[in-house]
Amino acid sequence: MTGHDAVSGTGGTPVETTTGEVVLRLTDVVKTFPGVRALDGVQLEVRAGEVHCLLGQNGAGKSTLIKVLAGVHRQDSGHVEWRGGRVAFANPQAAMRAGIATIYQELDLVEDLSVAENAFLGHEPRRLGFIRRGHMASRTREILGRLGHAEIPPGRMVRALPAAGKQVVSMARALSHEARLIIMDEPSAVLAHDEVENLFRIIRELTAQGIAVIYISHRLEEIREIGDRVTVLKDGRTTAANLPARETPTSDLVSRMTGRDIEYVFPDRPADTVVGDELLQVDGLTRSGEFADVSLTVRAGEIVGIAGLVGSGRSELLETIYGARAAETGSVRMAGRALRPGSVGAAVKAGMGMAPEERKSQALLLGEPIYRNVTLATFARYARFGFTDMGRERAEADRIAESLEMRPRDVRRAVRTLSGGNQQKVVVGRWLLGDTKLLLLDEPTRGVDVGARAELYQVIRQLAAQGVGVLLVSSEVPEVLGLADRVLVMREGRVVRTAPADELDEPTVLDLVMAGSLMEGAAA
Amino acid sequence: MTDSPPTTKLPAQSPPVDPAETEAAGHAAPAAVAGPTGGLSWWHGDGGEGAKRNLALIGVLLALFVIGAATRWDLYSNPDWVWANMLSILKLASVVGVVTVGMTFVIIGGGIDLSVGAIVALAGVWCTTVATQSFGAGGMIFTAIIVGVAVGLVNGTLIAYGRLVPFIATLAMLVAARGLAAEISQKQTQISQNSTINGIASTDLLGIPLLVYILAAVVAAGWVLLNRTTFGRRTVAVGGNPEAARLAGINVRLHTLLLYALSGLCCGIAAIMLTAQATSAQAAMANLYELDAIAAVIIGGTLLSGGRGTIIGSLLGVIIFATITNLFAINGLSTEAQNMVKGGIIVAAVLIQQVQFGTLSQFFRRNRLTTS
Repeated sequence: MTGHDAVSGTGGTPVETTTGEVVLRLTDVVKTFPGVRALDGVQLEVRAGEVHCLLGQNGAGKSTLIKVLAGVHRQDSGHVEWRGGRVAFANPQAAMRAGIATIYQELDLVEDLSVAENAFLGHEPRRLGFIRRGHMASRTREILGRLGHAEIPPGRMVRALPAAGKQVVSMARALSHEARLIIMDEPSAVLAHDEVENLFRIIRELTAQGIAVIYISHRLEEIREIGDRVTVLKDGRTTAANLPARETPTSDLVSRMTGRDIEYVFPDRPADTVVGDELLQVDGLTRSGEFADVSLTVRAGEIVGIAGLVGSGRSELLETIYGARAAETGSVRMAGRALRPGSVGAAVKAGMGMAPEERKSQALLLGEPIYRNVTLATFARYARFGFTDMGRERAEADRIAESLEMRPRDVRRAVRTLSGGNQQKVVVGRWLLGDTKLLLLDEPTRGVDVGARAELYQVIRQLAAQGVGVLLVSSEVPEVLGLADRVLVMREGRVVRTAPADELDEPTVLDLVMAGSLMEGAAA
Repeated sequence: MTDSPPTTKLPAQSPPVDPAETEAAGHAAPAAVAGPTGGLSWWHGDGGEGAKRNLALIGVLLALFVIGAATRWDLYSNPDWVWANMLSILKLASVVGVVTVGMTFVIIGGGIDLSVGAIVALAGVWCTTVATQSFGAGGMIFTAIIVGVAVGLVNGTLIAYGRLVPFIATLAMLVAARGLAAEISQKQTQISQNSTINGIASTDLLGIPLLVYILAAVVAAGWVLLNRTTFGRRTVAVGGNPEAARLAGINVRLHTLLLYALSGLCCGIAAIMLTAQATSAQAAMANLYELDAIAAVIIGGTLLSGGRGTIIGSLLGVIIFATITNLFAINGLSTEAQNMVKGGIIVAAVLIQQVQFGTLSQFFRRNRLTTS
């Protein structure tokens, strides 16, 4: 092993690793967050000079794993071996110094600095406290040359570069740190089709220099083209390691990603669902770049689920129906009456309520007591002549807390002291007051532990039984299939399939969701 | 998924110290652990955190009183003088105090209003023109208030619907409103001939100046508005999390507009009070009131980023500043020294609040992580 002293050396020449040598080995890595076991025994082995692909559904633990490797999180147990020695990075800088660079989906570049300044951000070559600009520029030029992009001028503002160019700058930063492992989180997601080829060329140049790459993508076609080996994650666990990327049959990969072990405790479907009149009618709703020509209906007492990957336009669609975004074309009607586009007020008046995707930033006043969060949409109704009636608000919130089994029960506590599941109950509970006819739920169980999940499912079912229509978005396919009566599958902003939930199963939905890529991959 | 904290399997009742709660609190917001929100008390629900902070401000006032007594015992030994001095402090605080109430709403609502001093000047000048004075005291009061509200509405429209940053919109208004005031007054001092208006500053009721009653009334109205009405609730929601407020169906823009109008209204009232005190108005009046008001709001414990704050805290902030001014005056010290002390007090107040909310401990924790 070349060892750590070599890594910490500040020489300008890259520290060599022998291609094929195991540089990174994870053994039984576990990471828990309150209520969630994000990583539950991950095994991973990465060799120098290979492209190692990570495959897994949303919530399988890929992001958490990256963050452990990048020094953002520390594992609770298990070992991370980096180039022969056990490591636990205290912070991202430590990981970077050790030679692990991460390129996130949202590139962390400073738009108003130059290419060279971004590449050497935080470790600019200095003399007497002054940045050696010429030296920095020439080294940047050299690195860009290694990446096959000598045409990018080091002095150009990053703002002026296209997405693909920014990605190259991100990689240049990794190389400026003499990275021996580069983690790429869905790098192709921001690229146009022809730019992906270019990305692959760069990756090949990197691996030819003995650099290891961890490549994360949902597109199987890419994995087949660029990947050497594949590790599959499911529910925070490695379900298959080191599969050959080109030969492993698609069905094998999909089956290892699906059939989750999490117990989804769905309440029994009522024998004969009494589905009422059409409540919500959406016709040809479009917002360019987000989703196109979406039509759907929700009846009273019906649960309609939308399945799709993050970025397929699901959340944007929900927010548009709710009036939080204005539709470009198309209409939203509640019980036959068209809603004013882009007006949340109109939607709420018509009886809609929404539990948005990001609880903390979109739904809660964290410092305020529970009851004020529960009554945030309704406090004006309890008020008399503009004077709030806190006694009644507390009583109503108490009633909601009781029925949702919120813990702790004291509604005067600040919301920030609650667990994720209970915070979600506050958000859902908000719409149980007043006369909500249609509830829009965006990822209602994200960050919610198993027990609270089951309770939330129960609540959603009960609401439907009382005649409330529910439109549910979730990244977790089993959740959509288990809860919804009818399922819409979305991909790249379009509804690609609508079917009753019992006519679909997880692999089918996953196929549709990842579509094209998976099917083409199978053909290959 | 077997050993995750079984928060949902706990018994239904919530004992005061529930381990799951403290754990959830610790993870959700580290600040909460060090802050006063850890326990469960009577003051928890209704702005009690602020009440605690206000006690600290009263402590500061007592300390200032002790300093005053120690340095000028010859004066403080006379109870009549002490009473008269307290009234004069309150009278000194009254005009800025009224402006500060409006400022408190704007800041809790997530904004800032740099134009308050200029609005006071414009309203004061406009209500003392010869034409306006011909309508009598009622006409003058009406004019001042209408001018204040109108300018506030312009601010609010620019910010809420023109999407200007509050800092920039009100900075522009600061310059423009003083310019208009100078234009209207032709840079002259306009004497108020109206004895009713002038009498506002010189009238005492039951030994207490009328100006102090006005301050008390505005503060009381502001307190009720913030703590007991839907308007106040919306203010906290809009400032605390505008996106959550919007998605809950609150008309965030309209409310923002109203907040600046409210600030303008307070400025209109303050303009009458200040004009009465000086028996005149000019374009340079109420100079730097915006800084006094913002400083008072901040040492009163209102979060500059919005979402949390108290009217009483702001009032105490104004009174503390007036007391310092008074303390320096009776000791014959310069205003320069006084301003330096005020600056120090603003910094100290904010630092103390950060310690209260555990930000400092969080800061140290983060520091320890990066150095290890």
